[in-house]
Amino acid sequence: MEDVSAKFVSQKISRTRWRPLPAAALQPPDVFATGSWDNEDNRISIWSAGDLGNAGLNGEYHGEPHLLCDIQHNGDVMDMQFLDQERIVVASSTGTVTIFRHHQNNQTLSADHRWAKAHYHVDQDTSCGGAACTGVVCNNPEIVTVGEDGRINLFRADQKDAVRTIDNADSSTLHAVTFLRTTEILTVNSIGQLKIWDLRQQRNEPSQIFSLAGDRVPLHCVDRHPNQQHIVATGGQDGMLSIWDIRQGTMPVSLLNAHEAEMWEVHFHPSDPDHLFTCSEDGSLWHWDTSTNVSEKPSFLHQGGRSTAYLSHSTMNQSVVSAWLSNDPTKDRMEITNLIPNQTLSVNSLDVLGPCLVYGTDAEAIYVNRQLFA
Amino acid sequence: MDEPDTEPPLVVRDGRAGQGRGCGAAGGAGAGAAAQALTGSVAATGDGAPSSSRVFVVRRDQDIYIHTLRKLFNESHGIFMGLQRSEEELAGKSRKAQLVQVSKNYRSVIRACMEDMHQALGPAFLQVSILSAMELIWNLCEILFVEAATAGPLLLRLLDWVRLHVCDVDSMVREVLSSESPSKHKLFWNVVDVFVLQGRMDEARHLLSKEASANPASMNMYKILDDLMKKMPVPSLGNTQTLTELELKWQHWHEECQRYLQDGTFASNPHMESICKILLGDEDAILEKKELMTTWYHFLVTRLLYSHPTVKPMELRFYAQSSMDLFLGGESSPEPLDLILMAAFEFEMHQVIKECSIVLSNWWFVAHLTDLLDHCKLLQSHNLYFGSNMREFLLLEYASGLFSHHSLWQLGVDYFDHCPQFGRVYLELHIERVPLSTEQKALKVLRICEQRQMHEQVRSICKIMAMKALRNNRLGSALSWSIRAKDAAFATLISDRFLKDYCEKGCFSDLDLIDNLGPSMLLSDRLTFLGKYREFHRLYGEKRFAEAARLLLTLMTAHIAPCSFWMTLLTDALPLLEQKEVIFSAEQTYELMRCLEDLTAGNPDKQKFQDDDVETTKVEMLRLALARNLARVIVKEGTVEGS
Repeated sequence: MEDVSAKFVSQKISRTRWRPLPAAALQPPDVFATGSWDNEDNRISIWSAGDLGNAGLNGEYHGEPHLLCDIQHNGDVMDMQFLDQERIVVASSTGTVTIFRHHQNNQTLSADHRWAKAHYHVDQDTSCGGAACTGVVCNNPEIVTVGEDGRINLFRADQKDAVRTIDNADSSTLHAVTFLRTTEILTVNSIGQLKIWDLRQQRNEPSQIFSLAGDRVPLHCVDRHPNQQHIVATGGQDGMLSIWDIRQGTMPVSLLNAHEAEMWEVHFHPSDPDHLFTCSEDGSLWHWDTSTNVSEKPSFLHQGGRSTAYLSHSTMNQSVVSAWLSNDPTKDRMEITNLIPNQTLSVNSLDVLGPCLVYGTDAEAIYVNRQLFA
Repeated sequence: MDEPDTEPPLVVRDGRAGQGRGCGAAGGAGAGAAAQALTGSVAATGDGAPSSSRVFVVRRDQDIYIHTLRKLFNESHGIFMGLQRSEEELAGKSRKAQLVQVSKNYRSVIRACMEDMHQALGPAFLQVSILSAMELIWNLCEILFVEAATAGPLLLRLLDWVRLHVCDVDSMVREVLSSESPSKHKLFWNVVDVFVLQGRMDEARHLLSKEASANPASMNMYKILDDLMKKMPVPSLGNTQTLTELELKWQHWHEECQRYLQDGTFASNPHMESICKILLGDEDAILEKKELMTTWYHFLVTRLLYSHPTVKPMELRFYAQSSMDLFLGGESSPEPLDLILMAAFEFEMHQVIKECSIVLSNWWFVAHLTDLLDHCKLLQSHNLYFGSNMREFLLLEYASGLFSHHSLWQLGVDYFDHCPQFGRVYLELHIERVPLSTEQKALKVLRICEQRQMHEQVRSICKIMAMKALRNNRLGSALSWSIRAKDAAFATLISDRFLKDYCEKGCFSDLDLIDNLGPSMLLSDRLTFLGKYREFHRLYGEKRFAEAARLLLTLMTAHIAPCSFWMTLLTDALPLLEQKEVIFSAEQTYELMRCLEDLTAGNPDKQKFQDDDVETTKVEMLRLALARNLARVIVKEGTVEGS
């Protein structure tokens, strides 16, 4: 695809995240952050996505991403999220959670605040008991982290100690966390359970537990529909995408056989939630499109696509019900496209904002696509 | 090994720590540590303190740690994979074109890396010149072996090659061209000579025209020289003329030049005369311009251009040897690069590879080049004495080197995949030694093993991770690892842990796990028992006594309960027996009694049993409860229903 710019960066990328746009912004995002892993010297880097000055013939943006600044990070970058325009929260494999501040005037990064030993195994005081912190999510100023020690921490950006800690929240590793509502979070773990936690309540039990029927395949990622808060998507170790309706039942609404290996990240498009993106260890990145005018487009013209799967969804009579939840085997189909033509190593992370997609791979490269819906 | 008196300062990387004194060398995959080096270094510190000891991690393959070279490794990995997957069915021209494209891709990657390094580290850095030499050699191999240029196009390709790589003169050229009146510049004629030597006729003529306009007296000479240069026959890439035609034309042209020279047309201008001599292929004249050519292979190509433009590939060796001798003239001996290029001109592929392996510090170049040549079907399966062929040997060495790197090991996996003979064995050995610092890394390694059906490695990795989890008291994680490996023995271990915890604390820990085991319960008997036992507790809690009773009985009679637990199960039956309502039927009660008898009878050491008051009391209570229950149930069952 011509509008994807690639850059080899000499470090395996574990996370990529777009910097959020200010509320009234009209232009597409142009700054993103990446975190590396498996290096002796891991780094958090801030990049600018291509030179905005060189508009091509069709107004496209050319130029490869270039580095604005970076900073050394202790341990693998396990997860990362922007707290606001300037600060980014990073979860480390040493169990530390750090807030970095990006100074835009002189393009430097500095560590603003650090919670060492946020996640640990046996005893907080022993020197080598650190457990990897596997997921972080923020809702300024609150930050929630989960880790391999099965612990959930709630921090506030300005406070030194954790506001609340739920020890032994889970007997297995918690892989990912996301906000369901401002006071409720969703976690997924390595025995295939999706749990809802109500942070207002003081008891250390989940308010609801969902699990897959059949084999307890570990779940690696979770994301909530941006508008309809009862729709949740999770990705599993066998590459299966599950869509859940948490208002009803304890089992997923649909199971979609997607990738051939672990699905690392799943994201609903924040402003266009008929589109879902998943990336996996098998090196592919799939774009799931349930928008209703798909039937207009002849599928063989879709570039870079694999086979389009004819999964049935009907939206005609119930326009408020999302296309993701339907069980009626009649009308429209969902179109699934693989955005990577020559896949080699794992795609570890993706982020999508507006018309722009950024993803990073184990082949030490980052790719930016700024014409996602062209 | 005696313990050190003080804490030794350790230099630890990747967890390869050592203790104590003395000098061991734990070799990682590419470490190849020499004990000599270690003793040397320790002695050199001159600490004098007998109790201080250090561990040095010796790295053999320093290159792979250079930041900018990592791009080279990654991009070439992509090209390598593309080549392996490309279609073999394409035959003839299209396959050749494809292979030439692959070769060009490799070269462009080398160039890109060179430029990055140049920008980052400066031109004097050793790596830049090494990369430049690599590209030079690769380019020549591409011309001679991959593309296998035939007589005619061969010369054109060699000219391109020289123009691209002999760039010491570029700055001089730029200087003259950008000056106001180039013909007055003192280096003007040098630049013209450079153009002529490299066969860049149009540019030479352009410069000469400037000279002519500045110096009208030599207009006549200039016109003749210009004419000669314009008419010079060169091989063409297309099929517009055959070799014989070219040779004929060239012969004519050569004679014409000869005539002009002998007539003394250029006698008054020594520069133009020497140019004419060069055009005639006069070796002495060409050799005079040694500094402008800088290398013997430039001399070779110039010679060929002006004396044998229709040279055949197989004839190159003679010209190459003589060119090198003439150029170096016995003053200096050939350098390794010269020897490699000479071997290439002699079409000794194996020699080229061998020389490169010796000179270069990293296997990258030879591995990829050999693989490409192998795809061109040029290397005979020249078996090395330990069974694999040269391509495989080099790829194995390269990939092993990658595995010694903390991050590039993932690339090595794909290389091993494409070594048919020993690749799998090497991969099995190497993949087990990748340090598993986080669960995510372990998952990636596991996925690699599973995709290649390396079941032993899967089991061993899962066991390592499960043990780690167990030690950290993460029973759920441990269980999920043993499910992945389908390791029944480990699942039994975990269940025993749970049961032990229950016996000690009286309640279950990690209920969220046990309650939601699902089909994975069937992995091991003990696990099934655990799940069912928990279900019993739940049924009891929900006051569904009949079902609970049935379940309890099944647990005991189906023999999935471990013997040690039977007492506990029977004790659990007590409250059910004591209920107001009769729960156990007569049959069930008989079963229970039988179990109790089995339990007490099976214990030979009656002493121990009698000493333990609690135990005896329990047994007595059970017997009493069972008897009472039996009595009640017989009566109940004997009663006519409905009354």
